[in-house]
Amino acid sequence: MAKVEDRALAPNASLNDDIGEEHRLRMYRMQVEIREAEQRAFDLFLQNLVKGTSHLSLGQEAVAAGCAAAMQPRDLSFCTYRGHAHTLARGVPIEKVLGELMQRDNGLMRGKGGSMHLTSVDHGVMGSYAIIGAHLPIACGAAWRAQYKGQKDVSVCFFGDGTTNIGAFHEALNFAVVWKLPVIFVCENNLYMEYTPIGDVTAVPNPAADRAAAYGLPRIVIDGNDADIVYRTATAAYEKARAGGGPSLIECLTYRYSGHSRADPAKYRPEGELEKWKERDPIKIYRERLKQFGVSEDIIASIELHAKRRVDEATEKCKAAAPPALDILTTDVYADGGFAWRN
Amino acid sequence: MAELTYREAVARGIAQEMARDPDVVFLGEDIGKAGGVFKATVGLYEQFGPLRVRDTPISEQAILGAAMGAAMTGLKPIAEIMFSDFFAVCFDYIANEFAKSRYMSNGQVKCPLVVRTGNGAGSRFGAQHSQSVENWCMMIPGLKVVAPSSPRDVIGLLAAAVRDPDPVIFLEHKSLYPIKGDVPDGEIVDRLGTASIVRPGKDASILALALMVPRAVAAAEKLKSEHDIDCEVIDVRSLVPLDTQTILGSVARTHRLFSVEENPRLCGWGAEIVSIVADEAFYDLDGPPVRITTPHIPLPAADILEDLALPSVERIVDRVKRAMES
Repeated sequence: MAKVEDRALAPNASLNDDIGEEHRLRMYRMQVEIREAEQRAFDLFLQNLVKGTSHLSLGQEAVAAGCAAAMQPRDLSFCTYRGHAHTLARGVPIEKVLGELMQRDNGLMRGKGGSMHLTSVDHGVMGSYAIIGAHLPIACGAAWRAQYKGQKDVSVCFFGDGTTNIGAFHEALNFAVVWKLPVIFVCENNLYMEYTPIGDVTAVPNPAADRAAAYGLPRIVIDGNDADIVYRTATAAYEKARAGGGPSLIECLTYRYSGHSRADPAKYRPEGELEKWKERDPIKIYRERLKQFGVSEDIIASIELHAKRRVDEATEKCKAAAPPALDILTTDVYADGGFAWRN
Repeated sequence: MAELTYREAVARGIAQEMARDPDVVFLGEDIGKAGGVFKATVGLYEQFGPLRVRDTPISEQAILGAAMGAAMTGLKPIAEIMFSDFFAVCFDYIANEFAKSRYMSNGQVKCPLVVRTGNGAGSRFGAQHSQSVENWCMMIPGLKVVAPSSPRDVIGLLAAAVRDPDPVIFLEHKSLYPIKGDVPDGEIVDRLGTASIVRPGKDASILALALMVPRAVAAAEKLKSEHDIDCEVIDVRSLVPLDTQTILGSVARTHRLFSVEENPRLCGWGAEIVSIVADEAFYDLDGPPVRITTPHIPLPAADILEDLALPSVERIVDRVKRAMES
């Protein structure tokens, strides 16, 4: 059981070339695209082209990239309202995500779900859930289906540090262990539950990992800003789950650069904290990593340019897209396609 | 034809569907080895085994969340919440999650699941184990809500609920578990959204649900024999979808409307039906519609108080007689 942690935290783990260039370039591309898309979402807010609320993952890209890169196509992702990054990481087109944020007819759900509910079943993104903790039991259910049917996919459930203090987290952990389900719980500990530091409201220093022992699980805390470490840890956890070894709980230490949501300027942060974390920026770390492995500056620059171009193109398409057709207001409430509740 | 109790009908209905479809699975607290706290699931664990009939911890959120995750990825789970009062600790799934996921995902996510639960009063369990929560469920877009009153309907409506592509809340009445009724042999499958005229009559329409159905029928018999008032009793059976055509048709014949509701008065299901009748059949009515309900109170434990709270045969008779005489 300690294997997962040992591998993740082994000194110089990142220098092992067990990941390979193809995966590394893919993870870099993902991180850069997520960064560009999230930054664009923020800019579009300022132009009032993204409405409602939105919760960005700027600074947390390595968790999304590492976990998604380690997945197989049939694996399932369950995200929170801070779910743009995980949705993009599964290959959902940027245009579909931005379109949903911009409430256009080309959006993933044609504007019916919004930023907090990104869902793309075709990509294994089984929903983004805006009620804290709700999706942990739901991910258990998807994993139960895999176990019952003898299917080999794993269900990966992402959530923030704040989720560890809600009942559904504890119900799901116990349930998953007792039923030995192929589900992976990934806690993105970005140090703030919303506005309040997680340490101020939590009985233990590591909100997820320090609870693992209560459910007979190994304590796993990793550097969530290093995509290679995330990738290795996730791979080991997925393999264990696929082999019938049951769930894992992984705490990824990371940091969000923006506030909790659009409404939050994040003035509660101590001076210098943001800057300190930016020195350990996941994209900066990974750029250096690629160079260490001999990837040329040209290739790196081309990935960055390409990501920016893709986000630009998606933005233009979304700006030109129509608003949702009005007749979808009452569709898909029930399976017959409509909302009839009486004859 | 066989005579079954309502609780035996629950087990037979679940068994009928599990035998038909290997994707039907069943989870809940004490449902397996113990056969259910109401003994309504006896024999299922032995018949279908521990992989399909799974005992859970006391974790209602995990039960409904797991049912949802299983449903959205291809299974057809039946989840049991022991007492409907416990919906309050897992209401997120009922109100926010499986009811809304199809809509929010623009039709991508499907949740064909059934939540069975013991609903209603009569066991002297007090305010947290006796409630009728049908009105909690009826108001949520995306859910279907049914409540059978007879052993036959338990099987027919449960089968319809399991086969339905939408999430269905299936309210079993705890005080009906021991009642007996004739059940035809072979497969029984009903259609959701169909009310049933259980006693035809020409003078007044009485709508009832679950435990209130036998009380309404008993009241109708008394009203006929003692006061010569001939009441039609309609078992609403399905609150969503609601069979308004059967109700409006009955009101068009009898010109009087009564509802007998176990849920507390405010926002009870009868209020919605009265509103529909007022909108669409106002000129069919010869008098104001009358709702006979439990008052707007938490339920007491003491038997004489609980009996006083719920609509009784006597109260139904009295209310209908007074309204018809005025």
